[in-house]
Amino acid sequence: MAATQETVEQVQSLEMDKYKYGFVTEIESEKAPKGLSEDTVRFISAKKNEPEWLLEWRLKAYRLWLTMPEPKWGKLEIPEIDYQDSYYYSSPKSMEDRPQSLDEVDPELLRTYEKLGIPIKEQEVLAGVAVDYVFDSVSVATTFREQLKEVGVIFCPISEAIQDYPELVKKYLGSVVPAGDNKHACLNSAVFTDGSFVYIPKGVRCPMELSTYFRINELNTGQFERTLIVADEGSYVSYLEGCTAPQRDENQLHAAVVELVTMDDAEIKYSTVQNWYPGDEDGKGGIYNFVTKRGICKGKNSKISWTQVETGSAITWKYPSCILQGDNSVGEFYSVAITNGRQQADTGTKMIHLGKNTTSRIISKGISAGKSQNTYRGLVRVAAKAEGARNFTQCDSLLVGETCGAHTVPYIESKNRSARLEHEATTSKISEDQLFYCRQRGISEEDAVGLVVNGFCREVLQELPMEFAVEAQQLVKISLEGSVG
Amino acid sequence: MLEIKNLHAEVDGKSILQGIDLNINKGEVHAIMGPNGSGKSTLANVLAGRDDYEVTEGGIFFDGKDISELEPEERAGEGIFLAFQYPVEIPGVTNTTFLKEALNAQRRYRGEEELDGMEFVKMIRGKTKELGIKDDMLKRAVNVGFSGGEKKRNDILQMAVLNPKLAVLDETDSGLDIDALKVVAEGVNKLRAENNAILVITHYQRLLNYIVPDQVHVLANGKIRRSGGKELALELEEKGYADYSGEAA
Repeated sequence: MAATQETVEQVQSLEMDKYKYGFVTEIESEKAPKGLSEDTVRFISAKKNEPEWLLEWRLKAYRLWLTMPEPKWGKLEIPEIDYQDSYYYSSPKSMEDRPQSLDEVDPELLRTYEKLGIPIKEQEVLAGVAVDYVFDSVSVATTFREQLKEVGVIFCPISEAIQDYPELVKKYLGSVVPAGDNKHACLNSAVFTDGSFVYIPKGVRCPMELSTYFRINELNTGQFERTLIVADEGSYVSYLEGCTAPQRDENQLHAAVVELVTMDDAEIKYSTVQNWYPGDEDGKGGIYNFVTKRGICKGKNSKISWTQVETGSAITWKYPSCILQGDNSVGEFYSVAITNGRQQADTGTKMIHLGKNTTSRIISKGISAGKSQNTYRGLVRVAAKAEGARNFTQCDSLLVGETCGAHTVPYIESKNRSARLEHEATTSKISEDQLFYCRQRGISEEDAVGLVVNGFCREVLQELPMEFAVEAQQLVKISLEGSVG
Repeated sequence: MLEIKNLHAEVDGKSILQGIDLNINKGEVHAIMGPNGSGKSTLANVLAGRDDYEVTEGGIFFDGKDISELEPEERAGEGIFLAFQYPVEIPGVTNTTFLKEALNAQRRYRGEEELDGMEFVKMIRGKTKELGIKDDMLKRAVNVGFSGGEKKRNDILQMAVLNPKLAVLDETDSGLDIDALKVVAEGVNKLRAENNAILVITHYQRLLNYIVPDQVHVLANGKIRRSGGKELALELEEKGYADYSGEAA
């Protein structure tokens, strides 16, 4: 509770500009030729100095991608995407000859992260969070690597993991999200550039939060990051990703893949604070956030917990999911999705119960304002052998104003009679009475909306690591500015 | 402190208040009584500046300043507090968070320094102790799952924390049993002071047994029809409002 109080306090110190991460870093970059072809795939693979097997893996994905239709799951109006009009690799020139220490990193890049409020040098000193900084297609820096290594934790850019830990990467890459899963994941498999790799060895509780900060900077460039986290038996890790992008009139594609694997008794807590540029009020520009995130609870008694705060992007298509294979394994999905202006979000989860006595819990809070559309879409599937499976789902929608839409689309498939599945859903509006009550006590209308919405999301926000709860609450408030009055 | 001059107001184009004059000085307790539909709640909402309540003529002066064009939050900052007939629930927002947000917003409005977490907690603990309210209440979401009596007690706590110059109690007694009524009255009496004033709006006399007014006004058909001392309330209790509105109370 203390965190909530503090955060509300901090909310007040906010600047009022709507999207404060919309600046562009002027930096010379090295790009792949525009467009997508086998040559693009080869270019990326060569840039990353990849082994032959990975190039083959990418090419296979690319060929498959050519044949795949756009996904049908989702209620979204997506303009046709011209895949040839985009760059698939962009790296700051200064990163060409890998800087060995922060002193060698281009000061312009360091300044970028300072402006974003996550200065690399300072973070290096601050205990508690290790950060991997991904800028367009490359990782700029990863802090605390040495300290983590001492306890056996591997935390590094995936491009480096491919060089340094090829066996681990080869074993797990694509094992949870196969290339052919859907068109966006397939594209990622062909052209993924960077992202983070995490391995937590047996019995280790990762001593600090791990975090990746994604920044898209370059014009007409897609970001295709790939994250792979493996938690070995009895281990634990909490991981957080954050994302921002400059304000531009063109749409940019972000098609990431995240794969999580937990062995017996292991736990991964994965949190996302997504704040890609959402486009302007008329729906011009913004990021297309088409992301495939999936975890597999391979071992018994293991647990995967997704928490997401989705406020940005013009279009969000995202369903962090859990395959509950190990007996007694647990999957959780906590989500806050806020849409304003002309944003569209179609997000939710899939909980696939395979093992015995597996449980899943889904708490989704959707807030729609402006002329936006916000859909929760979730699947709970219980396989025939999943004796004693249980699910609890709660979907709450909050409407701000008259011109937005909220939709809840649950799919439930059960092949086992012993399964117990519960679904609760509510839809409400911020009432005039609530706003007047707050205002009568001295709170301005915008602050009142922020307060009421933060209250509505509280159950989810308190799942976030402490360090990020503040940021998330601020985001919730900022995202709704201008939605009333 | 509060001067209402020839106040006319309408709601949705319908004229409700038709020329109200009222003066309340520091340290005084005034009661406004009247039948249903007389304009009592409209007066409370107009004082607080609620949207849709339009002042069409006359004005409201608070400490000499015309406040009729101020936003509700600005009036709150000026020191006007409205205890609602039906306190509103805000799920997920704890009383502590709400009170701190409100108090600091008012302090900012007045150009005063905001209280930090520690100062605030210290202050609020003092208030709960003074009022005999369990600290437990602070951790609960604003009015969510509160009984009628608890909601009113929460109002008293808010009043104690925000320390308004003028508290307007809008039919705060409705739906309360006698014990709860006493608790509210006790709280209000504790907060009575020389430099603040209270306006009690009520249909029934019984609350005035516990919060004893200096003056009683009868509101009917949008105008104050009669003013007098506390004995006027007893007279109304006996005779009803028939003399003023032509309807039985």
